Amino acid sequence: MSVEKNHDIKPLISVRNLTKSFGKLTVLDSISTDIYTGEKVVIIGPSGGGKSTFLRCLNCLEDPSSGAVIFDGVDIADVRVNINHHRQNMGMVFQQFNLFNNLTVLENITLAPEKIRWKKAKAEGKTREQFKADVRENALSLLRRVGLEDKADAYPSTLSGGQKQRIAIVRALAMNPKVMLFDEPTSALDPEMVGEVLEVMKELADEGMTMVCVTHEMGFAREVADRVLFIADGNILEDDSPSEVFDNPKHPRLKQFLGKIL
Amino acid sequence: MNLQEFFLSLWNRFDKAFLVEDRWKLYLEGLGNTILIALMATVIGVILGVLFAVINYVNKKTGKFKVLAVLSNIYITVIRGTPVVLQLMIMYFIVFVSWNFKVAIGSFEIMDSSLLIGAITFGLNSAAYVAEITRAGFEAVDDGQREAGRSLGLSTAQTMWYIIIPQAMRNSLPPLFNEFITLVKETAIVGYLGVYDLGKIPGLIQSRTFDYLFPLIIAALMYLVVVMILTKILHVLEKRLAKSDRGGKI
Repeated sequence: MSVEKNHDIKPLISVRNLTKSFGKLTVLDSISTDIYTGEKVVIIGPSGGGKSTFLRCLNCLEDPSSGAVIFDGVDIADVRVNINHHRQNMGMVFQQFNLFNNLTVLENITLAPEKIRWKKAKAEGKTREQFKADVRENALSLLRRVGLEDKADAYPSTLSGGQKQRIAIVRALAMNPKVMLFDEPTSALDPEMVGEVLEVMKELADEGMTMVCVTHEMGFAREVADRVLFIADGNILEDDSPSEVFDNPKHPRLKQFLGKIL
Repeated sequence: MNLQEFFLSLWNRFDKAFLVEDRWKLYLEGLGNTILIALMATVIGVILGVLFAVINYVNKKTGKFKVLAVLSNIYITVIRGTPVVLQLMIMYFIVFVSWNFKVAIGSFEIMDSSLLIGAITFGLNSAAYVAEITRAGFEAVDDGQREAGRSLGLSTAQTMWYIIIPQAMRNSLPPLFNEFITLVKETAIVGYLGVYDLGKIPGLIQSRTFDYLFPLIIAALMYLVVVMILTKILHVLEKRLAKSDRGGKI
């Protein structure tokens, strides 16, 4: 995938002067960047540097204190915007999986499409049964893709961390999002389960999904990313291709960070 | 008085307290009323109490429902800070003073207005305690559950209804059942309103036999048996919940 930005194309997400503070503590200090359709952006940086907060501001799980997050041409940081409508198009995967404990694997995947997409399907003339069958079929085919079809009727508490995270990814995909946001998706996993989750993410990247991923997996960043953002102290200190970031780091903070982890 | 005479007189006292004129039926009717009041109070208490807990939870997480949250907290404070017997009298002598009717199916009388007032009062009282019980149940639901729901595009209401409330209720089930057990015993003070619940029956029988000994013992034993049965059910419930934590439905 090309790293060059075609500036004739509008970015999918355009972040402008994004600032987030908790009380007196400024976590993000006027960050601006653009994310284009099909781009894979990996965010690295020290803990507490603001990278997770940045990601959570992209779908307004954290309300930005000021600045704009323009997604699909709409500033979703504006409180008057119906954020639910836009979140449907932004899948999110959490460090702690956050599968719904009271629902089976299949119900975890079908809940949001069933509740949110029914009105549209009804307008298209579908019956309730047809619609439910479609949602279910789609969920099962997604499960098949990650090799977990046999777990459809299991409850999350019976699954391993790697299985939970693969299902969490599938749950987000069931809404056909335009972008997938990953918040340290492998950090809570046992080492032997990291591979299976990264594998799913790589497949997703190969299919051309737009991805923004906060991670400590530098191998993944190098292999998959078009761009690596280094966020520390509430700012993007470096924004470049993986080879430049890893082999030719410029900012002293990045050099120090890479020296510690590599 | 020899031993034989002693037991004979005991038997006579028991006979008068329980068997003569089918008096055992009175205890059963009393027990029926006690259970009826406790059940109605629990239904009212759970519906209102959970509503209060939801309002407080949503207010805490999103800042919505500010006025309702303040009002529900005032309600909880007032109810928990005043004796239930006074609440009962306020309802009976002031709020529902004009109520005087019987609820019946055909000729079978189910309850009178006094019993209904008792049940409503205990329901409103229990709501404050249920709100506290379920508040803890809501707080025990991991915040990631809410974030995951919201990140998929579900509204706050949908996230509450399909994800948070079921898990919070499940967390609260054992203490809620315990609240029901407490109500079975506590509602004995509806005797103040002249309701013939199990706690009132010994007095009724004593007024005919002038002997309190067996009526009190029998009523106490009946409470004890009911509470022991309910406690056993609670333990089974807790075991099943623990089992379903390791996978599977309740």
